Amino acid sequence: MARAAVSGRLTWRAGTVVAARWETPSVRTLVLQVPEWSGHLPGQHVDVRLTAPDGYSAQRSYSIASAWPGDGQIESGRVELTVQRVEDGEVSSYLADVLEVGQPLELRGPVGGWFVWRNEPPPVLLVAGGSGVVPLMAMIRARGDVRGRQPFRLIYSARTPQDVCYAGELARRVRDDPGLDVRFVYTRKTPDGWPDPPGRITVPILNTYGWPPDFAPDVFVCGPTAFVETAADILVALGHDPKKIRTERFGGTQ
Amino acid sequence: MNEVDGNAMAGDLREIFAVDLTAAVATCAGCREPCVVATLRVWGPAPGLVARCPSCDDVVLRLVRGPERAWLDLRGAISLQVPLPLVGSLAEGPAQPVGEA
Repeated sequence: MARAAVSGRLTWRAGTVVAARWETPSVRTLVLQVPEWSGHLPGQHVDVRLTAPDGYSAQRSYSIASAWPGDGQIESGRVELTVQRVEDGEVSSYLADVLEVGQPLELRGPVGGWFVWRNEPPPVLLVAGGSGVVPLMAMIRARGDVRGRQPFRLIYSARTPQDVCYAGELARRVRDDPGLDVRFVYTRKTPDGWPDPPGRITVPILNTYGWPPDFAPDVFVCGPTAFVETAADILVALGHDPKKIRTERFGGTQ
Repeated sequence: MNEVDGNAMAGDLREIFAVDLTAAVATCAGCREPCVVATLRVWGPAPGLVARCPSCDDVVLRLVRGPERAWLDLRGAISLQVPLPLVGSLAEGPAQPVGEA
């Protein structure tokens, strides 16, 4: 009953990169094998620590992208992190450009108990800005794994179609996971034939493609600080209960 | 310096506390507004974190992690309400016998 072992000290441990793939030219998913991983909830994250030979160390939080238990593709003890390379980011550029399959990575977790989806009955609205889609993808994957019936909607703002993470999997899940919708918002460049000009997330978009406040959805918003504040303010103005809106902001700009 | 939020403090707090503290509600000593720890505005990165109230911007919590100790300053919080499993519930499961995997 490893799952019941929730208490106990949070300690650093070494995972091993067993696979890696590029989601976009600047976003890479690392598949880690972590010994004695006791599972996680969608929305949780891990802390990653890099230590230089001189003892200097740097630590960052990364959302877990994969669901648990796996859907057959993710084996026991596997944890996927999706990392956006940040300009001058000492940790993210190492994870994106230097770390290779077979190498170790020091991490601890899972941690976080608020920005978490627990397979509850209400409909869910997910609002992603850029790589803020990562923990929301874990929720979509978890719902798919348990064949959840809660209506799920993802509104996903990306700069261009080339910047969309998990594009193929999202298209497949919209087809195969009943009750899942995805609406993209492009801020810089749209696909050919897209009905709207590029632009940021707006009141009409959240009003049209989100759930009405009367449905009392559980709302998860994740992205850069400015994006999260804009989206949360719009949702509150539309009548959503602020207590039902959970946010995670990772700083920077989109 | 990067602004994130209280979610990013989960690991450093979980190192000190036995339960997740990001879901706890802190009452700000400045404006008395209750807020979920995950929603605090946090400037970092680690090892020194300053968490401010989203309503009034006062410092609610400061956390510094040194090589051998953590220093937690909570003078900006009047109280912390920490969600726990219902008393008597089995949600946490019975204690595991020593040796059981």
